[in-house]
Amino acid sequence: MLEAAVFYTLAVLILGLGILVISARSAVHSVLFLVVNFLLVAILYVTLSAQFVAVIQVLVYAGGIVVLYLFVVMLVSLKRAPEQHADTRRLGVTGAVLAGAVLLEVIGIVVSGAARSDAPAGARGAGVPEAISDPMLNTEQIGWVLYTEYLIPFEVASMLLLVAMIGAIVLAKKNL
Amino acid sequence: MTIEAPRRVGQAFDTDELVLNMGPQHPSTHGVLRVVLRLDGERVVDADCVIGYIHRGVEKLCENRDWTQIILLTDRMDYVAAATSNLGYVETVEKLMQVEVPRRARYIRTILAELQRIASHCLWLGTHAMDIGAMTVLLYAFREREHVLDLFEEYCGARLTYNSMRIGGLPLDIPTGWDKKVSAFCDLMEPKLDEYEELLTNNRIWVGRTRDIGVISGEEATALGLCGPPLRGSGVSRDVRKDEPNAAYEEFDFDIPLGTRGDTYDRYLIRLEEFKQSIRIIRQALEGMPEGPVMGKVPRLIKPPAGETYHAIESPKGELGYFIVSDGRSTNPYRFRVRPPSFCNLQGLRRLVRGHLVADVVALIGTIDIVLGEVDR
Amino acid sequence: MLETFIIPLLQIAVLLNAVLVAVTFMVLMERKVMAWAQARLGPMRVGPHGILQAIVDPIKLILKEDITPVAADKWVFTVAPIMSLVPALVVFSVVPFGPDPLYYVADINVGLLFIVAVTSIGVYGIILGGWSSNSKYPLLASLRASAQLISYEIAVTMTLVSVILTSGTLSLVGIVEAQREAGVWFGFIQPVAFVLVFIGGLAETNRVPFDLPEAETELTGGFHTEYSGMRFALFFLAEYANIIVISAIVAIMFLGGWMRPFPNVEALAFLDLIPPWIWLIGKIFLFLYVFIWIRATLPRYRYDQLMRLGWKVLIPIAIGNLVITGIVKVLV
Repeated sequence: MLEAAVFYTLAVLILGLGILVISARSAVHSVLFLVVNFLLVAILYVTLSAQFVAVIQVLVYAGGIVVLYLFVVMLVSLKRAPEQHADTRRLGVTGAVLAGAVLLEVIGIVVSGAARSDAPAGARGAGVPEAISDPMLNTEQIGWVLYTEYLIPFEVASMLLLVAMIGAIVLAKKNL
Repeated sequence: MTIEAPRRVGQAFDTDELVLNMGPQHPSTHGVLRVVLRLDGERVVDADCVIGYIHRGVEKLCENRDWTQIILLTDRMDYVAAATSNLGYVETVEKLMQVEVPRRARYIRTILAELQRIASHCLWLGTHAMDIGAMTVLLYAFREREHVLDLFEEYCGARLTYNSMRIGGLPLDIPTGWDKKVSAFCDLMEPKLDEYEELLTNNRIWVGRTRDIGVISGEEATALGLCGPPLRGSGVSRDVRKDEPNAAYEEFDFDIPLGTRGDTYDRYLIRLEEFKQSIRIIRQALEGMPEGPVMGKVPRLIKPPAGETYHAIESPKGELGYFIVSDGRSTNPYRFRVRPPSFCNLQGLRRLVRGHLVADVVALIGTIDIVLGEVDR
Repeated sequence: MLETFIIPLLQIAVLLNAVLVAVTFMVLMERKVMAWAQARLGPMRVGPHGILQAIVDPIKLILKEDITPVAADKWVFTVAPIMSLVPALVVFSVVPFGPDPLYYVADINVGLLFIVAVTSIGVYGIILGGWSSNSKYPLLASLRASAQLISYEIAVTMTLVSVILTSGTLSLVGIVEAQREAGVWFGFIQPVAFVLVFIGGLAETNRVPFDLPEAETELTGGFHTEYSGMRFALFFLAEYANIIVISAIVAIMFLGGWMRPFPNVEALAFLDLIPPWIWLIGKIFLFLYVFIWIRATLPRYRYDQLMRLGWKVLIPIAIGNLVITGIVKVLV
């Protein structure tokens, strides 16, 4: 009961802040709402006993990526009025179509996921110890899964980030 | 004075230059200097110095005061080195009147000027180090400066604006035991210099902040009219005390420290060495102090003959020159003009800061050692 | 009820008050120690040897007029100091002052990561404070500050990983216990990490020689130039609370936290008579003293030198230290 109350309160707040992010007039305010949004999502993770994920959410998203957003927003001159779009109706239609598509996708995933949740827990990943539900051990669990089952995706992702980083440096530096 | 509108820099990205006003209310512009910086990121593209915030018209005032009253006004120009300002002025008038100054007076004047150099360099060292973040040096340097001020107080009763010299000599002889105290101060000062050096000279951060900052070649420094330590830092041997000796300097042994690279660190080393040379001069003067009067034969009413003269001395900041025209009739100068070392050195700031970072600007304002009272007059 | 609500609430109340009082006295300590280093007396007027200055200063700041610049973004201008202070205080919830659960608010299994994550939120206060002032010097300062914070955070976090490898846990209580089992402080096992974290801590808290963001002589005070009164005081509190946090973390990770020196030497057992929290606080004050001592001694780095030090010196050393720790861990 308490759990549900906490969840729904958080969910409402997160959605509300999400709306504020896209509706705020000042870009800096949007970014601020986004930070709070991410922090609330982190609390959501804590209620799911995923402390490690919660902390990483704060560290990487709230503490890292959004800071960079903020840099960009601060340094780009925002004195200009938002550009007037010639055809607001066409934009509205496009937006509605895209939003509908995403909604359909989410419903599809939820429905198919519900169908699959009948499968035994062991089928989700071989070699993963059973103690996932123990909150004191979930850091270990994540490490374990990351470096055994998902080793190749993990390495590929890190390579990708490295390439992106080098690319950004090459682009930003005029003379290396 | 016009300040150019910000320029667009770079092609690929749409970036603007930032115009930043440093001063006149800024903690490290040493008074009321205003520097308008044009920045590309943190790099200084150009700098304009705006001066005149404490312009009091000292030169014009002097043309309306009689010759003795002017001494008091010279105190108010370089107020951290009032005794050398006094010295320059009285010597100029003496040159104009061709007055013979007693040897004892010249010796005491030399001691006063060198004590003043120590006090002024203490202030420079403290504020320069403070600008670069070394706070303790400021208080150490002021602790020693305090001793000099005490000596001045004992000699003439004032601690900042001394009014300590008269045309033709000195208002009074040194008090009994004063020479002993000066000698004791010299003994005290020498180990303190090592203390400053310990905190700064081999400090990696200090060297990193001053080495190769504001490099200027000897030719360029001469062309810009720099004088004093900023000029000698670039290896140009020019010191009025040696080249055109005044007071009693020709009777003493001392060296003129010269820099090799012309950067901020060299200028720092030079001034530290000047502390030692000043102590050396003071010791020689105390040792060979002649007996006799301290006031030469000067008429009651000072009225120099018609003519003009230029006379320069080496103030702590550089070549301090006075150009005075007398019409021979009135009791005030017809034209009074000062060549202030701070003003001439400040001229070099624009050249020095170009291409450096904002943080270096304060280091460079510190290294040229300006006093705004003298710049604006 | 008692277990889940009242005791933690009491703990939080005690901790918050203790931190705030510690901050005010740290300011006094800083002024006094600096004064002694600089051949002067420091505050002497309020109370014997100026001890009550610690109480007068906050009162003065509270009573000062609170000015919001006309051109400022009022909303962000108000939020910024809060965003700076709150993370600094939240971090204390995982700092263990003793082995008993009474001495800490929470012992979470990701304690160290929690500290890193929460302190990384503090940078918003600095960026937004500088930006919302709508003034050039604070903007420059806030850019510097945030770039500095982010850069040194990487070096510090990398270094912390090598300590985690040694201890095998992320929990701060666990790290101290690991030092008890090892019978030696990690400062002796990981001397490089010790020095790196301390230097990184100096940089993250904007202390001399890394105090460029608030370089008074360059940027006239830094990101909080436009702040006054209590809002300025919040920044001030945050800064000093962060210094205490860093000192506490270094003390816990490298100097055995609440443990006495040489925990495995029986002959020194009488030292256990001193309660554990006093040991930790003593160690924290040792570091605070070193922070102040450094401030009285060193000049300031320039921005590019600071960045070079962070990226080209500290981060490579941190990675090297991590690799060596890993190799040793596998071999032993």
